[in-house]
Amino acid sequence: MASETRRVLMDPLIHNNPIALQVLGICSALAVTTGMQTSVVMSAAVVAVIALSNLSVSLLRNMIPTNIRIIVQLTIIASLVIVTDQILKAYVYEISKQLSVFVGLIITNCIIMGRAEAFAMQNPPLKSLIDGIGNGMGYAAILLVVGAAREVFGAGTFWGIPVLPLASEGGWFTPNGLMSLSPGAFFVIGFLIWILRTFRPEQNEAE
Amino acid sequence: MTTARYILAFAGAVCLVCAVMVSGSAVALRDLQAANAERERQRNVLFAAGLADPGEELSEADMAERFAAVRAVVVDLATGEELPDVDPASVDPLVEAGITDSSRAVPENFARIRRVERRSVVYLVEAGGRLDAVVLPVRGQGLWSVLYGYLALDADLDTVRGLTFYEHKETPGLGGEVDNPNWKALWPGRRVFGTAGEPIIEVARAAAGPVAEDPHRVDGLAGATMTSRGVTNLLRFWLAENGFGPFLERLRSEAAG
Repeated sequence: MASETRRVLMDPLIHNNPIALQVLGICSALAVTTGMQTSVVMSAAVVAVIALSNLSVSLLRNMIPTNIRIIVQLTIIASLVIVTDQILKAYVYEISKQLSVFVGLIITNCIIMGRAEAFAMQNPPLKSLIDGIGNGMGYAAILLVVGAAREVFGAGTFWGIPVLPLASEGGWFTPNGLMSLSPGAFFVIGFLIWILRTFRPEQNEAE
Repeated sequence: MTTARYILAFAGAVCLVCAVMVSGSAVALRDLQAANAERERQRNVLFAAGLADPGEELSEADMAERFAAVRAVVVDLATGEELPDVDPASVDPLVEAGITDSSRAVPENFARIRRVERRSVVYLVEAGGRLDAVVLPVRGQGLWSVLYGYLALDADLDTVRGLTFYEHKETPGLGGEVDNPNWKALWPGRRVFGTAGEPIIEVARAAAGPVAEDPHRVDGLAGATMTSRGVTNLLRFWLAENGFGPFLERLRSEAAG
């Protein structure tokens, strides 16, 4: 059982990553990864929502009438997202302004709906909770790497602290403007998928 | 087992629980959110006036220190006179604008403002006993939402010191770029009034020239025609007779003699 729990938690990190392998949740991964702070807050929000939505859907799984199950899942997810958004607006106002609509758009993040429908509807609550945390962490891992790369190469800072001396301030580093724009994230995510599939060739699609 | 009655009852129960959760969190967190919004509004007064850099972290003490140079004044919009007996903290112009007794209807205008408060709160920045800048609250319709912000003018009451918006719901990445520091940096030095004293400041359709050659126009926001027009319209509204026109006129005549 312990190894089963471990598998449910750790698999989505590398082996079956929701962004890198399934290529889900790309929209928000492109939009909010301009810096570390926004990436961390967005990751925390998604982990919280996916864990709680998996838990609640799993608790209700034997009561949910099959013909309205999708809309019940969506109602639960939407409510959790609104509550999360309210909490962010109250406690991390500055960052929630930068995240703007993308917290609300967690509702439409395919990872969350996908885990509710594919996993939580068939599995007991504790296992579903762990699966939610695992998949949330898988999403978070990519977000943090992309956020770090984009902030360092796009602005020369990490967590707002200068790490590469800017040419405009007498240093040698010229920021890469592409990195601070959303398309920059495509390149970083593409590189990550490339690296991952080089070391894990079994993730390649069949020719 | 899944009869229609069961499905309806289940759906109703889920909705009820979720509704309680959502409204509970909204009510419980309302005070904190309102305090955040109020601090954001005050920071924007400082940004507009050039007393703080956008993105600068300001503690409560920093805010208080910088507000020492700023005097909030209640102004009667129609006459332009100060109301020295009224405590600025007791006046919320946006609330008063929504109440019939404390507001007046204005003629149809491009900023799509129907009623204007009778009295508003402006901020006078003073340096060495002289007026250094005046910060005016402005608002008007963009594409999706009303934009709320501050326009700061230098002591000549013509040159822009700064323009910021503290609340709006424009499209992120398009109209939302009104918050972009690079775009805001285009405003200082622009001039709002033409030779006849009418507000002619404009957000251009495309790029505008440098301040010295093209003082009355600012670059448009790419992909955000309606928001750009909205900014033009709201600035022109608040600088004219139904906005702060009479107040600016009074300051000008006081400075002249």
